[in-house]
Amino acid sequence: MDPFVRCGIGPCDGTRDKAPLLPYMRRRQVLVAASSVALLGGVMATRSSLADNPARLPSPGASRSFEFFSPGEVSFIDAAVDRLIPSDALGPGAVEAGVTVFIDHQLQGPYGRAADWYMHGPWADGTPQQGYQRRRTPAEVYRAAIVAVDDHSRRSSNKVFAALDGNEQDELLHALEDGTLGLGDVSAETFFTLLWQNTQEGFFADPLYLGNRNFIGWKLIGYPGPRYNYDAAIRHYGERFPLPNVGLMGRDPSRQPTGLL
Amino acid sequence: MSTRLPPIDVVLVGFGWTAAIMGHELTEAGLNVLALERGKFRDTVPDFATTHIQDELRYAVRRALFERPARETLSFRNTTDQTALPMRHLGSFLPASGVGGAGVHWNGQTWRFLPEDFVVRSHTIQRYGKNFIPADMTIQDWGVTYAELEPYYDRFEYLCGVSGQAGNVGGSIQPGGNPFEGPRQRGYPLPPLERSFMTEKFQAAATEAGFKPFPCPAANTSAAYKNPLGVQMGKCTYCGYCEWFACGNYSKASPQTTILPVLLAKKNFSYRTECDVTRVNLDASGKRATGVTYVDANGKEFEQPAQLVVLCAFAQHNVHLLLLSGIGKPYDPKANTGVVGRNYAYQITSAVDVFQDDVVNPFMGAGALGQAIDEFNGDNFDHGPEGFIGGGYIALWNTGGRPIDQQTQVPEGTPTWGSAWKRARAENYLSAMSIATHGSVMSFRDSYLDLDPTYRDIYGNPLLRMTFDFHDNEHKMSRFLTDKAALIAQAMKPRSMHKKYREGHYSIVPYQTTHNTGGAAMGNDPTTSVVNRYLQSWDVPNVFVLGSSVFPQNHGYNPTGTVGALAFWAAEAIRSKYLQAQGPLVQA
Repeated sequence: MDPFVRCGIGPCDGTRDKAPLLPYMRRRQVLVAASSVALLGGVMATRSSLADNPARLPSPGASRSFEFFSPGEVSFIDAAVDRLIPSDALGPGAVEAGVTVFIDHQLQGPYGRAADWYMHGPWADGTPQQGYQRRRTPAEVYRAAIVAVDDHSRRSSNKVFAALDGNEQDELLHALEDGTLGLGDVSAETFFTLLWQNTQEGFFADPLYLGNRNFIGWKLIGYPGPRYNYDAAIRHYGERFPLPNVGLMGRDPSRQPTGLL
Repeated sequence: MSTRLPPIDVVLVGFGWTAAIMGHELTEAGLNVLALERGKFRDTVPDFATTHIQDELRYAVRRALFERPARETLSFRNTTDQTALPMRHLGSFLPASGVGGAGVHWNGQTWRFLPEDFVVRSHTIQRYGKNFIPADMTIQDWGVTYAELEPYYDRFEYLCGVSGQAGNVGGSIQPGGNPFEGPRQRGYPLPPLERSFMTEKFQAAATEAGFKPFPCPAANTSAAYKNPLGVQMGKCTYCGYCEWFACGNYSKASPQTTILPVLLAKKNFSYRTECDVTRVNLDASGKRATGVTYVDANGKEFEQPAQLVVLCAFAQHNVHLLLLSGIGKPYDPKANTGVVGRNYAYQITSAVDVFQDDVVNPFMGAGALGQAIDEFNGDNFDHGPEGFIGGGYIALWNTGGRPIDQQTQVPEGTPTWGSAWKRARAENYLSAMSIATHGSVMSFRDSYLDLDPTYRDIYGNPLLRMTFDFHDNEHKMSRFLTDKAALIAQAMKPRSMHKKYREGHYSIVPYQTTHNTGGAAMGNDPTTSVVNRYLQSWDVPNVFVLGSSVFPQNHGYNPTGTVGALAFWAAEAIRSKYLQAQGPLVQA
């Protein structure tokens, strides 16, 4: 039985390939039962090496609780990432995928405090080719920029960024991206570059880090997750890989065939 | 005040590919060998387990396997009239930290340089005349020939279990292989990897465009393999996590999967991790090394006496150590004197993105799964009308489909964010492809390494300073290669394509390659090289320097095959020549 079925470009709704998979799945039951133990072991191994992990793991059971952002900052980031990757006809966006929580946890960790970066002076602006030359850590950039953008927004519209309508928010984000918005000693471009990079990270990183919830990002593009073996699959030219998403903490709960696990 | 330790025969600085090879060869010769590694110990089990290693955020984006600039970095400027500033976080290249070095996180793309590459200066003069070489271009012959290195390329390829299709066995051209390669004594140890849909598409399009495509040589195993040391590797499963990750499947050649099981069991080999070597110590004459000084994880300083010191760190770190230790005369670009730091070079890369509608499943891949053409590498074509020196291969690599930072192509003109961007990602992730060009970078008088006058590392030593930019020669060559790549893209009949030329100044920000070369060039002339043809220091004969720091310029292939071959070549010279008479192997 060939586990492959053809389907078109775009997000797969996950229902079309269920039926032809069943015989393959039955054979896999034993494997799944065995690998669930291995998976737990894997998660524990991941946690045990926490100290070395420059990406930051969440506290167990954490959901939408914040360690770095204040409530006002959460509103700002929710509003911004909802414009960057919106929920639309193609499916849920960055907010639904948990990107705000993801960024919060990253900024509270070693990445947020630039733990791996060389942060000694003397400081100079340098050329674009010389890269980042500012004293602020990523966490400090977010904190200062959110205040500066909200100040700007209050002055021009009497509202904070989160209270603007979508078009106004887009305009402001474009101005940040293009560096045309003066934010005092905060670099608008630096902030936008970090925000957009971290938004994509939160949308597409393993759900282990609290973003990409329910594999929203991976399902959008058709990435099945870090599967281990494509030895046979690689010869199926032009066919979509039919098995459900997996992450480092396990499978997609919405795609578990009944009777397993 | 440093603690003086009992002496040892040989100390290796660093414990990556070259140290593992040298360690094995010199312990076979009966010497007591110690490796000092600044990073931590790591092995397939438990560090690379597939249940956690396939984590794009941790390893590719947050750079968990690489050196941390907070501990070690360099300063950078494009030109001598600028002030160099520290590289504050990693970007353009990714030096490793930890046992296995970059051999843990590389892709496994294992090439040989062309016979003409090793004699690039004399060959260019012979074919095109002396005036063809720009006045400020400082290319030079290596002092070793392809024919001399061939047996050592062979040893490295059989150590690694390279999968590939030979193109030239003993002068006889083989169908399906690279017809431009230098003659090899035998085929690769393993047949080529599986062909994926996208590499098959490249094969068809390149053939239609009139080229001779072939499978790229891969240190990813196409079948189970036991290497000549008796170390067993498993068949690659095409999981798509080689580049910047470690292999959990014993399928990508690394020190861990090819040498360490044998080397670590030897009684005359030892290693210490989290030991940062800060100096090679010299005696009063300055002509003999007495050992090295290192700092351990607790900040304690030790002196390790040794009869022989071999620098096996990453390219720039070897040069940094030579400069800090006062071995060899530092290069001065104004006076054009000195050698240490001279002829730093890199690689120039570009791509053509191809947008079409077939599902090609980019995430099923391997680090060195690719098809390439070599018509425009080295001197495989007439450079006369083109007016530049050098070249590169054009390849479609199917290394993996990481969604954050790898398989992100969207057609030209797509908005950078918002619903239209989201739709473009959804429409192209499973079907976009990129054809890459991988170009040589010649050496120039104003591209070099020295010590920074301002910025210091955690030990208070000056940072290494890199002064480097792309020159007209490289821009011309890269543009030429990119246009040739576009011919193949066009033959794929795409719905659209995007030529991404490498233009403007070299930038340290976006990742390009970790193929940093030079600064301790090898050669036959001590006024233009740091080490002789056996990689032995001209000034301090009991110091050898390995790795790509000895490349006099960088050619159009990934460097690891040549780095491995040179390590075996130098080890053989130490065993068969140096140990008999411990002095200079070449008279200056």
